[in-house]
Parts: sequence; C-alpha cells; structure tokens
Amino acid sequence: MINETAKTILSVRNLHASVDGTEILKGVNFEVKAGEVHAIMGLNGSGKSTFSKVLAGHPDYEVTAGEVIFQGTDLLELEPHERANSGVFLAFQYPLEIPGVSNRDFLRVAYNSHRKANGEEEIDVFDFDDLVEERSNVVKMDVSFLDRSVNEGFSGGEKKRNEILQMALLEPTLAILDETDSGLDIDALKIVSNGVNQLSTPKNASILITHYQRLLNYIVPDYVHVMAQGRIVKTGGKELAQELESRGYDWIVAEEAVA
Amino acid sequence: MTNTVSSASDSVGKVNRETYLKHLLTQAAAAADESHLGLKALRDRAIALVNERSFPSGKDEEWRFTDLSQMLEQPFQRAQPVSVEADSWSDHLNLLTEGACLTTINGHYEPTLSRKADQTADAVIIGPLSQLLKHPDYAKKLAPILESKLAQVKGGSEVFTALNTVGFADVMVVWVQADQVVDTPIYIARGSQGGFLSQVRSLVIAERHAKFTLVESFFGQDEDTNAQCSVDQDRVDQAKIQDTRCNNSVTEIWLAEGAQINHIRVQDESASTFHLAKTAVDQAANSQYQCTAVDLGAKLSRHHIEVYQSGPQTDTKMYGLSALGDRQLADTHSLLALTYPHGSATQIQKNIVDDRAHCVFNGKVYVSTAAQLTDASQLNRNLMLSTKARVDTKPELDIVADNVKCAHGATVSQLQADEVFYLQSRGISAEQAQRLLLYGFGMEVVEKISVPALKTALSTRLRDWAS
Repeated sequence: MINETAKTILSVRNLHASVDGTEILKGVNFEVKAGEVHAIMGLNGSGKSTFSKVLAGHPDYEVTAGEVIFQGTDLLELEPHERANSGVFLAFQYPLEIPGVSNRDFLRVAYNSHRKANGEEEIDVFDFDDLVEERSNVVKMDVSFLDRSVNEGFSGGEKKRNEILQMALLEPTLAILDETDSGLDIDALKIVSNGVNQLSTPKNASILITHYQRLLNYIVPDYVHVMAQGRIVKTGGKELAQELESRGYDWIVAEEAVA
Repeated sequence: MTNTVSSASDSVGKVNRETYLKHLLTQAAAAADESHLGLKALRDRAIALVNERSFPSGKDEEWRFTDLSQMLEQPFQRAQPVSVEADSWSDHLNLLTEGACLTTINGHYEPTLSRKADQTADAVIIGPLSQLLKHPDYAKKLAPILESKLAQVKGGSEVFTALNTVGFADVMVVWVQADQVVDTPIYIARGSQGGFLSQVRSLVIAERHAKFTLVESFFGQDEDTNAQCSVDQDRVDQAKIQDTRCNNSVTEIWLAEGAQINHIRVQDESASTFHLAKTAVDQAANSQYQCTAVDLGAKLSRHHIEVYQSGPQTDTKMYGLSALGDRQLADTHSLLALTYPHGSATQIQKNIVDDRAHCVFNGKVYVSTAAQLTDASQLNRNLMLSTKARVDTKPELDIVADNVKCAHGATVSQLQADEVFYLQSRGISAEQAQRLLLYGFGMEVVEKISVPALKTALSTRLRDWAS
C-alpha cells in the first residue's frame, strides 16, 4: 500500500559490500516507506541475498561504503541482535536446524530478548505458551511442532512456516523474506503468503526477495525492483514482475549496458 | 648408545608400573579378605589374571590416548567403611525420590542412605550381596546365579576389571524376575570421600521379559572445601593430594530373552578423582538394552562399555555425552560385538571440550559372519570450545558379514557461525546464542533419559555448565 505521506522506514544510500575481498554490492540505493511491500528480483549472483544478509548484519559481509538508516538509526552500527530487537527481521532462505533446542524455548528466548531490549518485562512460560499457540494459527502450524527441535527434520515448507511464525511473534517493522517461496509447493506457498499478508499493517513494511513472479500472485508488491551486478537497475510496479516472467532478464541487462 | 639410554628408561618405567600394579593388587586382595563374601575361587582366578597383565602405558593400543602415569604418583590404600553424614549426600541422593535405592560410600553399603524396593521381595531381589547372603533363602537362590553370572560377562580379563573382581568390597545385586515390570527406577548411588581406592561392583540381571530402568550415579566429596579458606597454600595442596582417589567400577548386566533395561549412568565425580569403569552387557535373543551415559566430573575418567550378544534380534542403543573443562580427560571406549543375525544398534557419542580438556572416543563395532542382516550405526560428534582442547576419536568397524547395514561418522567442529547468526537475527545476543547452542548440543543426549526428575536435573546442570 503506497502512501506518499507515510514515514520512511529504511533508507539505503550507495551501499557497497564485499565478501572475502570480492565486491558484491556496488552502490545500492533503496527506500522503503511504512505500509509498502517491495519485491527485489534478479538472476542468481545479482546480489539480492547479499543485500538481505547485509541488512541483517551477517558477519561474513563487509560494508565498504554507503549508509543504511533504519527509522532514523544507523543500522550498520548495530550488532545483528540489536538490529533484530529494533525491528528488522530476516526470514532465511535456508533456516538452520538447532538440534536439542525446542522450538518453544527458542521462540520464548527470542521473544523475551525483544521485550527486554524494548524495556518490557519478560513474560513467563505459561503466558508465552498461550501467545505462541495463538500465533501458530497464522501459518496453520500444528502446536506439536513447538516441542520439536528448531527446524530439525522439518520439511522445506515447515521450515518456511516456522520462519513466518517467528515473524508473527516478533512483529517486525521491516520484514525481509529471502527466497521464502523456494522449495514450497502451492499449498504451502498459499499458507505462507497468507501469513505474511495477515501480518502486514500500515505501520510496517516488507521486502520480498524472489526469483519468480509466482509468489507475487499471492503477496502483491507495490514496487518491483530488478537487481543486476550489485545494483538496483530498474524499478516499476507489479506489472514489471509479469514482464520479467515473460521476457526474462536479458533486456534489462542490455538496457543497463546501453545506459 | 641411544638404544641403551632408551631401553634403560623403559625398564625404569616398567618397574614402576609393575610395582604399582602389585601395590593395587595387594590392596585389592586385602579388601577381599575383609569383605567376608567368600568367593575364593573367583578371586583367585582374578588374581592370576592381574598377574598376567601389566599396568597400562601409552604403548598399549587401548590406552594410546589416555595417560595413566599421573596415577602412579598416588599410593592409594583400599577404602574402609567411613562414618557418614546423611545431609552431606542429600543433593545427589534426592535426585530420585521413589523406587529402590542402593547407596554405597567408598564401595561400602550404607543402609541409612538406601531405600527398599516397592515390589514384593521375591519378584525383585535388590540389595548388597553381603546382606543378601545372610538371608538363608536368598543365599540358596543366589548360589547358582553367582556361579553363572558374577564376573562371567566376556572381557573380564581386562586388567582393571580383573582387579575389581579381586577386590570388590561388596556387590550391589539387582535381580528382577521373569515378566516383572518395575515402574520406578532402580537407583545405585556411588558416593566417595577421602583419598582411597574404591572398587565398586554391581550385578544386574533381568530375567525373561523383565523390564526396568537402572540409574547409576557416581559422585564425590572433597574434604578441602574448608581448607580453601585457609591462606596456607601448602595445606590446601596437602588436602587435595589426600582427596585424590581412584574409583574402579564394574557393572555387569545380563538380559535374558525379551528383557528390557533402560540404563542411565551419570558420572559426576569430584575434580580430583580417577574414575575407571566397565559396563559389561550380555544380551539374549530379542532383548533391548539402552545406555545413556553422561560424564561431567573426574580428573580422568574412562568408561569402557562392552555389549555382547547371546542371541539374535537384539536391540542396543548407546548414547553418551561428555562435557569437560579445565584439564579433565574423559575416555569412552565402547565395544559392540554382534555375533547373531538381525541385531540392531545405534550409538551416538557427543563431546563438548573446553579449556585444556581432552576427550577420547574409541568405538569398536564387530559384526561376525553369523550376524547377517545387522543394522548398526555409530556417530561421534565433538564440539571444541577452545584451541587448547583436544579430541581423539577412533571409530573401529570390523565387519565380516556381507549382508549388513553399518554406518558410522565422526565430526570435530567448533560452534557454527551460521547457527550463531541465525539466533542473533532473532534478537538473541551472540553470547546467549552460544550458550543455547551448547545446551542444545548436549540436550540431544540428555533427552534420551526417560526419568523426568533426572532429565530436569541434568538439563539444569547442562544449562549452568554452558553459561
């Protein structure tokens, strides 16, 4: 939902980032206002996933230039957990398995970390159980998943649903969904998309990183951006995604080369 | 010239080890005399076995990674009965508040710290051999059992097992009769105090289709707790030397046809203890044995677990966790000897090694020609938290049968940066993330423990350890 007068949540200017000395992001400019849904599309290796990891603070990536302002704060100055507690959420492309730690414990520790960081009291086990069981409905997740180890033995779809459950609990201001549609069958895709749509409000925003237009049938973006060679090279409305689906990416790369 | 020097130093070492083993043997034989259990033929055979053996050195393949030379400095005397203050052991004994409990301090039975079984005495015979023999009915019943079961599981000729057979002060007997299902865990609690050689022994028998949970726990007290307040460092050191002890434990477990034993073993000895232990298991047809062993304490510990089949279609599960810091050493030596068809076995040994600690895993799996259609898997995972920590892992698979499924793996790693980042991205600090991951790593084993009170106590212990 576009509202020109809405507050700017995220402002990225001339962002450069490298991994192991190789520059991947080469000057990204990007702005997100409250209430908006942005899709970032592009070929493998274009820098989409790197961009999401840099925003979340992955230690393997080094920011070499540029700035990222999140709700008036310099995001790059914050530790990954501080970014999370200030309202940034990254749904992982490949959520990790944490054997031996129950999903319920993990979610409670994360939830209470947020509360503590925001000056609220931690909630006890019983109140948390009520809350998490209620939120599980958002992604139609059976409560039995709460007592299994985090993501261990979960199918691809179950892992992604678990990511959205975390998002439902932590209620981020900015959600970045990295290839959340990959490996999902159509039913799981609907459930996950539905969950994301339910969580969408005029006060928060999401960035969907995806290869395919398919996801965008269910979560309709306000803006579609194309990333190539570490920069955003084209921005349009949702119809750009359809164009990419039918024409591929070559024409954009060619346009970019001419420019 | 070099040769002469090296052979000279070898012979010095050899004399020391020989003398030391003789010393231990003398102490063991004296303890046997004081025990008044009889068993002369058994003890004599064991003395002969010890005389054929030598005290292990790094040149023995079985002891390559576990150096016992520190023990040579300790002239351990056999443990005598001591006066016991019940309160000082309550933390360990209160772990389990229901079911039968046999408690020994330094290998000597403590009736005041023990509890009787819930079942009628004929269905479940539990008690110290010294007491059971005083009861004419039991003495008569036990005679053939002692003949056929005590010190009769294979592997009894290993030096420390034989030494234990020479000198155990008593035997904790758990004998569950056919078709009996015992709902509450049977607890054998082994406390130690003072600087002694204790040789503790258990004989556990599950008759046909019997089913129960056995909990063994090893713990100790240091007498230097007060001395630590003293400014006189010499006195502190002196107290520590006096408290250095050796606990040589042997538990023999027999499962008759269709029997099921769930065995939980917690080694939480005090920091100056040498803990040498053997668990020897014989599994008859269709029996199920599960061992969950957690090693947290001791200066040096070795758990030798050997499982032998005496029939087809057995199921064996061995789960182990060692969590070590300082300069601790823990060695898990396992042998799974599959000699009948259709056996299944799963083994998972996990180790967390911090500071300058050292963890050893040696897992042998032997599958004979007869053991067709065996399905076995072994996994050893090690987590190293410090650059000074050391891990030696040695899976040994000897598979002769051709139609079997046997998998094994060993990993040594540090905490994965990606896992830490995943938790951080959910608002959890790096430090707390590491604690959670460590806890999770250990909990995979602790979760196998079916006794809720014990599982809770150990998960709390693990949480404290990780923080």
